[in-house]
Amino acid sequence: MDFGSINPVVLIATLMVAATPILLAAIGELVVEKAGVLNLGVEGMMIVGAVSGFAASVTTGSPYLGMLAAIVAGALVALIFAVLTQILMANQVASGLALTLFGLGFSALLGQSYVGIVPPRTEKLNFGFLSDLPVVGRILFGHDILVYVSLAVVAGTWWWLNNTRGGRVLRAVGENHDSAHALGYKVKRVRILAILFGGGCAGLGGAYLSLVRVPQWTEGMTAGAGWIALALVVFASWRPWRVLLGAYLFGGIMVLQLNLQAAGFRIPVEYLAMSPYLITILVLVVMSSNRARTSLSAPGSLGRSFHAAG
Amino acid sequence: MSTPLLSIKGLTKVYPGVVANSDVTFDIGEGEVHALLGENGAGKSTLVKAIYGLIRPNEGTMEWRGQPYAPSAPAQARATGVAMVFQHFSLFDAMDVAENVALGMDNPPPIRELAAQIRKVSNDYGLPLDPDRLVGDLSAGERQRVEIIRCLLQNPQLLIMDEPTSVLTPQEVEILFKTLRQLRAEGRSILYISHKLEEIRALCENATVLRLGKVVGRADPRQESARSLAEMMVGQTLHTPSRETPDFGKPLLEVSDLSVASPSAFGTALKGINLTVRAGEILGIGGVAGNGQDELLGALSGEIRAPSGMVRMAGEPVGQYGPTARRAMGLLCAPEERLGHAAAPDMSLTENALLTGAWRERLVNKGFVNWGKAKGFAETIIKRFDVRTPGPHVAARALSGGNLQKFVIGREILQRPSVLVVNQPTWGVDASAAAAIRQALLDLAQGGAAVVVISQDLDEILEISDNFAALNGGRLSAPRPVQGLTMDQIGLMLGGAEGDTDVAA
Repeated sequence: MDFGSINPVVLIATLMVAATPILLAAIGELVVEKAGVLNLGVEGMMIVGAVSGFAASVTTGSPYLGMLAAIVAGALVALIFAVLTQILMANQVASGLALTLFGLGFSALLGQSYVGIVPPRTEKLNFGFLSDLPVVGRILFGHDILVYVSLAVVAGTWWWLNNTRGGRVLRAVGENHDSAHALGYKVKRVRILAILFGGGCAGLGGAYLSLVRVPQWTEGMTAGAGWIALALVVFASWRPWRVLLGAYLFGGIMVLQLNLQAAGFRIPVEYLAMSPYLITILVLVVMSSNRARTSLSAPGSLGRSFHAAG
Repeated sequence: MSTPLLSIKGLTKVYPGVVANSDVTFDIGEGEVHALLGENGAGKSTLVKAIYGLIRPNEGTMEWRGQPYAPSAPAQARATGVAMVFQHFSLFDAMDVAENVALGMDNPPPIRELAAQIRKVSNDYGLPLDPDRLVGDLSAGERQRVEIIRCLLQNPQLLIMDEPTSVLTPQEVEILFKTLRQLRAEGRSILYISHKLEEIRALCENATVLRLGKVVGRADPRQESARSLAEMMVGQTLHTPSRETPDFGKPLLEVSDLSVASPSAFGTALKGINLTVRAGEILGIGGVAGNGQDELLGALSGEIRAPSGMVRMAGEPVGQYGPTARRAMGLLCAPEERLGHAAAPDMSLTENALLTGAWRERLVNKGFVNWGKAKGFAETIIKRFDVRTPGPHVAARALSGGNLQKFVIGREILQRPSVLVVNQPTWGVDASAAAAIRQALLDLAQGGAAVVVISQDLDEILEISDNFAALNGGRLSAPRPVQGLTMDQIGLMLGGAEGDTDVAA
């Protein structure tokens, strides 16, 4: 065992990269759940984003066009969910699960001719001398654009939810859709837009996996990242900054698990692989032991279908 | 008054299978407090939704100060000068007062400015309110203030109030009326919807009475008696429940020093509840919603367990038993929430009859359901309690509120309880069904059962109970005989101040 071989600076820099896909997917899902919709299809939207982004950037040669394509693809898959649950009033849990299964199968079909190809490289941003600073340079100024985009999305989501009229309406719709309707807000429109945003974020997160983190296309490559993102939203008790914290924590566990293996630490990888879920269960138990706290964090209308009465 | 503020002409709204409003015509003048009277299902809510732009009428027109007025959305109604305080508050528990107010405005100022405005307006109208508090922590009266302030900040010409006093204590009603009179003095009009006739007589100068969607009468409520208004509303002579002089037997239900936590986040814990109900006695428990009513019912029914000695039935400790064991002993309950608590919405009436009647009516034999007997029991309830439904195969959800309530209460009464606890037995039930339910409760007590009626309708409690106690913040006042109790005393009991009356006087 040799813990000395784990360099904390490299560890932090790597975990930021490892956490970016789940961070993006989770912040999107947070907005969806804040609007009162439970979309369990994150995994499906991510993997369709991953394959579409990959295909688009291989075809065009630009990773950025690929990311754009991934956002659109994720949002399109989310649109299926939106139509099912908001217009046809289908059950959200069943539709979400179906979306995940559909996404996994559909992406495998789309990606058949892309297996084994190397995508165009996504360059790290150049901050000049800042990137050469010790410690800080590697952690803060040594990443590709999406790492910064994901941080900006978290900050933007937090600001938008708390300080704008749109954010307030979205929270109101998620908190009590009957009241929101009575005040004249378009519950379904708000929810559909939130679902599309969630799909776009999940798609982008998926593309980050196939274009930057891995980078190549393999079937089923999201490997549960969408489920971690879902768990993360609960873990963060529906607060954007806690999503960031949780994503980096879970990202850290993923990276650490590789490092520990390399360091010859004798603990089965499976323990670390399941730790995000164990932590989430723990958080759920702690949260529900204090009833007042749970009810203040979970949106009041989460997962309930909205039927306009009269 | 030359041109009325709002004039409604021939308004008709048809839902599939139901005519909610048919050719409704009336005017509201400037500075007038106009009452809209009617039973549940008379079409009052549909009518005001049309005025507020939530639904579009099929036929008919509206005029605002002589100009055509046809709002397609609430925002348009608000822009014209119409504001509405909803019966079921349109509030968001997890958001603070200022945010809730902002959500009801079309162009809210920044939150900090709005908070200052809320403080000012709420003090001007005698409804003090802290803009930073979370709405989930407010009492029902305070929640209503949020709704009213939200309306007043938009400077409305017409304020619609849908059943505003159903959740208020008499003192809070007084404060509200003062505010409403102040608004009228400022030249604003109020459309006041209620079925509480005394309030309408105290406040309104004109009334339009609706029945089954049609205007059946117009009156000046100050010139009418409450009874004549009620008969206009119901369209028949009212039967007042009655019984012979009560004769109490031995105590059947005793609760001593009962303290339990609430199972829900925004609930109220019960603190040191003491009560005794004797055979033949009806104890009425009043109180504003959310003061521990649901918890008290839960603790008596067995949904919330308590240390055994805290609840006794005919002397035997039952606190540790769950609902099934208590049912077997003859302690039956009918909770407030009909759909989802008292009855399973998607199950048929037969199945619902089975749910609580299985043991006492022996509808289950060695683990197998005797469907024939269950159906017979459901049919008996339907027949004896005049439940209007095609038959016992109908899902509970399909029944109207009043009919389902008759079924739920009937189901318990027909199981011959020795103690019956009901919460809000006539909430949302029309006047004639309410009278039937009250009569059934009186007959039950007459037959020697102990009955506890938890209700927010003070008139109901005063009409049927022998003793009255008030719930406030999870504490129960000492019961007092209903005879000779004044509204003022009741108000003080509801406010939790009954012990201080002598000091104050």
